[in-house]
Amino acid sequence: MKQFEEWRYLLLQNPLTLIALIAFIGVVICALFAPWLVPYDPLASDTANALQPPSWSNWFGTDQLGRDIFSRVIMGTRMDLGIAVGAVALAAVIGTFLGACAGFYGGHLDRAVGRGVDIIMAFPLFVLAMAIVAGLGNNVINVVYASAIINMPFYVRVVRSEILVLKNAGFVEAARLCGNSNKRILWFQLLPNVSAPLVVQMSLNMGWSMLNAASLSFVGLGIRPPTPEWGIMVAEGAHYIISGQWWLALFPGLALTLVVLCFNLLGDGLRDIIDPRRRT
Amino acid sequence: MGLNESLFSQFWIYLKDLLQGDMGRSFTTGQPVTQDLMERLPASLELTLLGLFIAIIVGLPLGMLAATHPNSWIDHICRLLTTSGVCLPTFFTGLVLIYIFYYLLGWAPAPMGRLDLFSSPPQDVTGFYLIDSALAGEWAIFRSALAQLILPSITLALFALAPLARITRAGLLGVLNSDFIRSAKAAGLPRRVILVRYALRNSLLPVVNTMGMVFSYLLGINVLVEKVFAWPGIGSYALEALIASDYAPVQGFVLSIAVLYVLLNLIVDLLCSLIDPRVERAA
Repeated sequence: MKQFEEWRYLLLQNPLTLIALIAFIGVVICALFAPWLVPYDPLASDTANALQPPSWSNWFGTDQLGRDIFSRVIMGTRMDLGIAVGAVALAAVIGTFLGACAGFYGGHLDRAVGRGVDIIMAFPLFVLAMAIVAGLGNNVINVVYASAIINMPFYVRVVRSEILVLKNAGFVEAARLCGNSNKRILWFQLLPNVSAPLVVQMSLNMGWSMLNAASLSFVGLGIRPPTPEWGIMVAEGAHYIISGQWWLALFPGLALTLVVLCFNLLGDGLRDIIDPRRRT
Repeated sequence: MGLNESLFSQFWIYLKDLLQGDMGRSFTTGQPVTQDLMERLPASLELTLLGLFIAIIVGLPLGMLAATHPNSWIDHICRLLTTSGVCLPTFFTGLVLIYIFYYLLGWAPAPMGRLDLFSSPPQDVTGFYLIDSALAGEWAIFRSALAQLILPSITLALFALAPLARITRAGLLGVLNSDFIRSAKAAGLPRRVILVRYALRNSLLPVVNTMGMVFSYLLGINVLVEKVFAWPGIGSYALEALIASDYAPVQGFVLSIAVLYVLLNLIVDLLCSLIDPRVERAA
């Protein structure tokens, strides 16, 4: 209960973070319950009704096949959010493990992990993701792997630097005196203390991962066309921008922008709450 | 190519050819990849460098103004730009700009390549159309090339602006609060001297480092912008090859981007030791 009071106080102090949190919950609800929320079938085409501007019956208008854009935008939340969550979770788990081991044990392991991370960082990350998807095969699960790989270096670095600082702290000495093994100290003493910066990193990373996933599908990698997904919808709408049908590309693009904004605000807010010194 | 050999010997053949500057042959264009890349690289570089240039000439002063006037309207504009800059998908910004400036206002030319239909490329010296046409004194071509360049480079700049302005503001704010600035003020030095020679120079190090990072992002983002604006650069070349499962150009592209990136990091490191000699001594 005391924890809850504290959170309530902190959120009321940061109204922007509160708004972002509410928006985030809304996005998650959209993603989970999309099939029951949409007014039309996002895949049903109705060519008699194609390329209609926004109206009362179709809030966001219809696309070149007469599909309802509002329904497609809502359904699209699923794909992009799913890819981003998968990629961030995978990157966080593997990155934390590698970073923790490298920071704690040092030596050859540290050098090997460090060089591995350097190799990933030696490429512009979006290009690397493109190359990985091209090499592994053009499908959704490989987009998740590619995003996870390009996200991993950040987790390795955050966790490693935190562990390096913490491993000489008094409570670690105390735990060792009590007879805890290295493994036990790492998992039960050190990792819980790293979780706060890790959560901040994850929420800042989510928005970036969504941008990456949408960008990959925008250039035609990963998800295939009839699937409602924001990047593809913007890519399809791009052909109609020049002839003035703005609603095809605007709404999915706007949805993507707002969701990424929400994640970034949430991440900034969390960082300010957890570690006010790092504010820029 | 030795496709009947084992993977290792294929890789060995590729490496041997690579040492001689041969990146293989593209199936789609039928030309050596090296030649294709060399033809298209100037287009990408011209775009990326102009984008970075715009970002620097807007981002640095914006960050400086925001730092010298904290919590003023310019600080709020800076914060708005830096927050939205990292959230806007580049391909979406590009499309919005096309819609506003080409379709609604008619100011920009059609987003189709480096020159309009009626101009022919200037004589090839550097491959940068702006420089080549200026050298040849053909100002009509210069204007046409600039008109085509302006929207895509603004798209890139909007993205690159955010981290630059943010870091400049943060760095300068930290320095402006330090003791030596107070001493300089107390000594009665002019405001401009304090700001540029004392404060800016001391906060330039993180800015230059960020610039390197931003450039690497731009190299990646370039692919998207080139697709949106039908720009004949290496990004759209690699993308076409990627869709056609033509691997030699993709490998060549990734490799050349990585080389560019490493070269850039070298320049950044050299610049850093130039700006702050302490860096070199520490290393």
